[in-house]
Amino acid sequence: MSSKAKSRPATSPVVFSGNGLRDGRVAWMGTEGRWEPRLGAVTPFAPEAAAEGLALAQQGERQQRVVGVYAVELGADGLPLKFRERLRLGGPSIDAEAA
Amino acid sequence: MPLLEDGRLRPDPWASVDDDVPLPDGPVILGLEQLRREAPALARRNAPIGLALPPETAPAEVAPLLGLLSLVALRLPKAKDGRAFTQARALREYHGFTGEIRATGHVIPDHYAMLLRCGVSTVEVPEGADPAVWDACRRVVDIGYQAALSADAPLSLLRRRLRVA
Amino acid sequence: MNATVIPPFARTYRYDAIDREFLAERIAEFRGQVARRLAGDLTEDEFKPLRLMNGLYLQLHAYMLRVAIPYGVLNAPQLRQLAMIARRWDRGFGHFTTRQNIQFNWTKLEDVPEMLEALAEVDMHAIQTSGNCIRNVTTDEYAGASPDEVVDPRVYAEILRQWSTLHPEFTWLPRKFKFAITGSPSDRVASLVHDIGVAAKRNAEGEVGFEIHVGGGLGRTPLIGRRLYDFVPEAEFLGRMEAILRVYNALGERDNIYKARIKILVRDLGEEFRALVDAEYDRMPQQAYRLDPEIVAAIAAHFAPPPFARLEDRPLPQDPAFAAWARASVRPHKQPGYASVTISLKPIGGIPGDASASQMEAVADLAERHSFGEIRVSHVQNLVLPHVRQEDLHALWQGLAAHGLATPNIGLISDIIACPGMDYCALATARSIPVAQRISERFADLDRQHDIGECFINISGCINACGHHHVAHIGILGVDKRGEEVYQVTLGGSATNDAAIGELIGPAFGYDDIVDAIETIIRTHIAHRAPGERFVDTYRRIGAAPFKEALYAVA
Ligand code: SF4
Repeated sequence: MSSKAKSRPATSPVVFSGNGLRDGRVAWMGTEGRWEPRLGAVTPFAPEAAAEGLALAQQGERQQRVVGVYAVELGADGLPLKFRERLRLGGPSIDAEAA
Repeated sequence: MPLLEDGRLRPDPWASVDDDVPLPDGPVILGLEQLRREAPALARRNAPIGLALPPETAPAEVAPLLGLLSLVALRLPKAKDGRAFTQARALREYHGFTGEIRATGHVIPDHYAMLLRCGVSTVEVPEGADPAVWDACRRVVDIGYQAALSADAPLSLLRRRLRVA
Repeated sequence: MNATVIPPFARTYRYDAIDREFLAERIAEFRGQVARRLAGDLTEDEFKPLRLMNGLYLQLHAYMLRVAIPYGVLNAPQLRQLAMIARRWDRGFGHFTTRQNIQFNWTKLEDVPEMLEALAEVDMHAIQTSGNCIRNVTTDEYAGASPDEVVDPRVYAEILRQWSTLHPEFTWLPRKFKFAITGSPSDRVASLVHDIGVAAKRNAEGEVGFEIHVGGGLGRTPLIGRRLYDFVPEAEFLGRMEAILRVYNALGERDNIYKARIKILVRDLGEEFRALVDAEYDRMPQQAYRLDPEIVAAIAAHFAPPPFARLEDRPLPQDPAFAAWARASVRPHKQPGYASVTISLKPIGGIPGDASASQMEAVADLAERHSFGEIRVSHVQNLVLPHVRQEDLHALWQGLAAHGLATPNIGLISDIIACPGMDYCALATARSIPVAQRISERFADLDRQHDIGECFINISGCINACGHHHVAHIGILGVDKRGEEVYQVTLGGSATNDAAIGELIGPAFGYDDIVDAIETIIRTHIAHRAPGERFVDTYRRIGAAPFKEALYAVA
């Protein structure tokens, strides 16, 4: 999956997300430039720095570390604004193991 | 660009020529418009002529010109755009074209065996491509389950042992 | 590689040394592709179609491996191996799909070559379960068992499978390509909403031929297939398929993904499409593509009937709980004294189509005991034991019940199809599984389900329509409306001989309101139905107005 270009400039803090190339698991990247499995482990970019962050995130793609990186905007609670991203953060809303 | 034939790099004597430049000596690959326009004159040329057939043009549309041609270059605009496979097969199967069929554009090693089975003879590969990788990809699967244009040896049922040289 | 011993009577296509060699080569090829990707020699854009052609998707949380179950037919060792894979490389579950395949939701790229090797040990693979190529061919889950069958569709499904496997010309098509084939006059494969729908039949002389529909499909532009041929003789079958695919590969839309399916080409060209296909076929060296009767006979031998005992039909035991299950799950068989049994993977409140590893093992054991070791996957995400002695039904029921597999809801309102939706799928616009779970819980009462009667609810989490919502009696499509999940409802669809696309009933419902909306629809049906009338019949008779009124009038 190629990176989706953001049509609208970010207005909230952003982190970058993608999936690990090898394991496919969700990964997050902040100003540290490291890919982490936990969102809490990364520091968000200020909205103005989103473009610079994207360039850094795409490096992770070029280094065969992650796939399909894109910006994820965070709300005041530090969690993603979009429902989809909250699902990626927490895993499926259903419990397969409980069946 | 390097040219691959039978799993090895080989020199490419062909020059691709843009419209409205004077034709160099030697084998040239022309665009469709130029070929159509200059066909009568080209028929008298001594050096071989090739055609860069656009992906959207059916070989049937150029059938009357095939007699002039020693080469048809097909193009994959993107690696996942497979029209060239049908064009190549049609050139060989419907039109009996026996010259070189060359695959150009975004070709990857994983296309190679299938291109050969559709009648392609050579592939333009990216600068620095490792022919060993292409050759290995061509050979890795040598069983097919359907009729194609390579000289396959029949096995039982629909299956055949591929000869993708 | 050690081939597992296949039970002698399970009618799966039996691989020989050539087929096994092919699979081993294909795995070696994929191993090489993974290595080139990890080394950076292939970009993700180049690798993605390659991994997709091996069934590997990147979903929201992980890679998902979709394993082919050719035409939905499995033998017991294969199902056990799937259970092993679920335990070792997933979280102990597998998810059966509407394409009669199984998906593992939690795989890692680096493990996939090993998973493929484990599959190859039981003659299985993940080839062409995704990508812009010819996908796994689906057929009737009661093939070889149904009393109304005229031609065994498995034979031709297997021929199509082999012919389409790594087809050199048709592996880089404009878009995915799906075949469904039925061999009985009653269409249980939704053939009219496939790229090619094949109905195998016989002429007055008893010869096999094929009625071909082309250009059906769901998704953004749902269309019913057009009849291309009424009776293609068996010998011409593959040649005609070649001709259709040649036209599509040359002329199908390449730039706009929403117009790339063959249905758009067929719709836009109309009658000219047929002329183009005929022209291809006429130019073809037909001899080279002829389907030999000897090949058909050799493949048909793989699907010869198992050694049925000579039995009589018999009355079933009276036990009310058993009778309720049997009424929903047991289907007549062409062989006297036998029956086909559908195993519900739709427990109340469960995830439609999910089976745990131990459930898979239990079904494999029961299949060996009662069904010649053979299992089918149905396109409504259930399993089928095709050939069960009627005298064994009670014991089978007990065996299934012990593993939570005896929910007596086949064909009823809680037998819901749901795609993975936003809980797993990267393309989703809304969740589907929890909607299915809540509807199933709302209608948990079995007496009520039986009172409602046959009713199909299908749910998709986006317009791609993997949940086939358009052809459900009640279809639910989850969409995103300014960051909220909302659900559009369509009524009156059908996937059988009277195939129809459901009609949108009105504005969408929120996640919290959708179950109430379904309840209102059902209450309206009950209020208006004639005795014995199914939901869809009531809807067709009285039209949308009473349902609209009930759903929207209050405001
Ligand atoms: S319908 Fe959409 S959400 Fe559901 S599985 Fe298909 S692509 Fe995913």
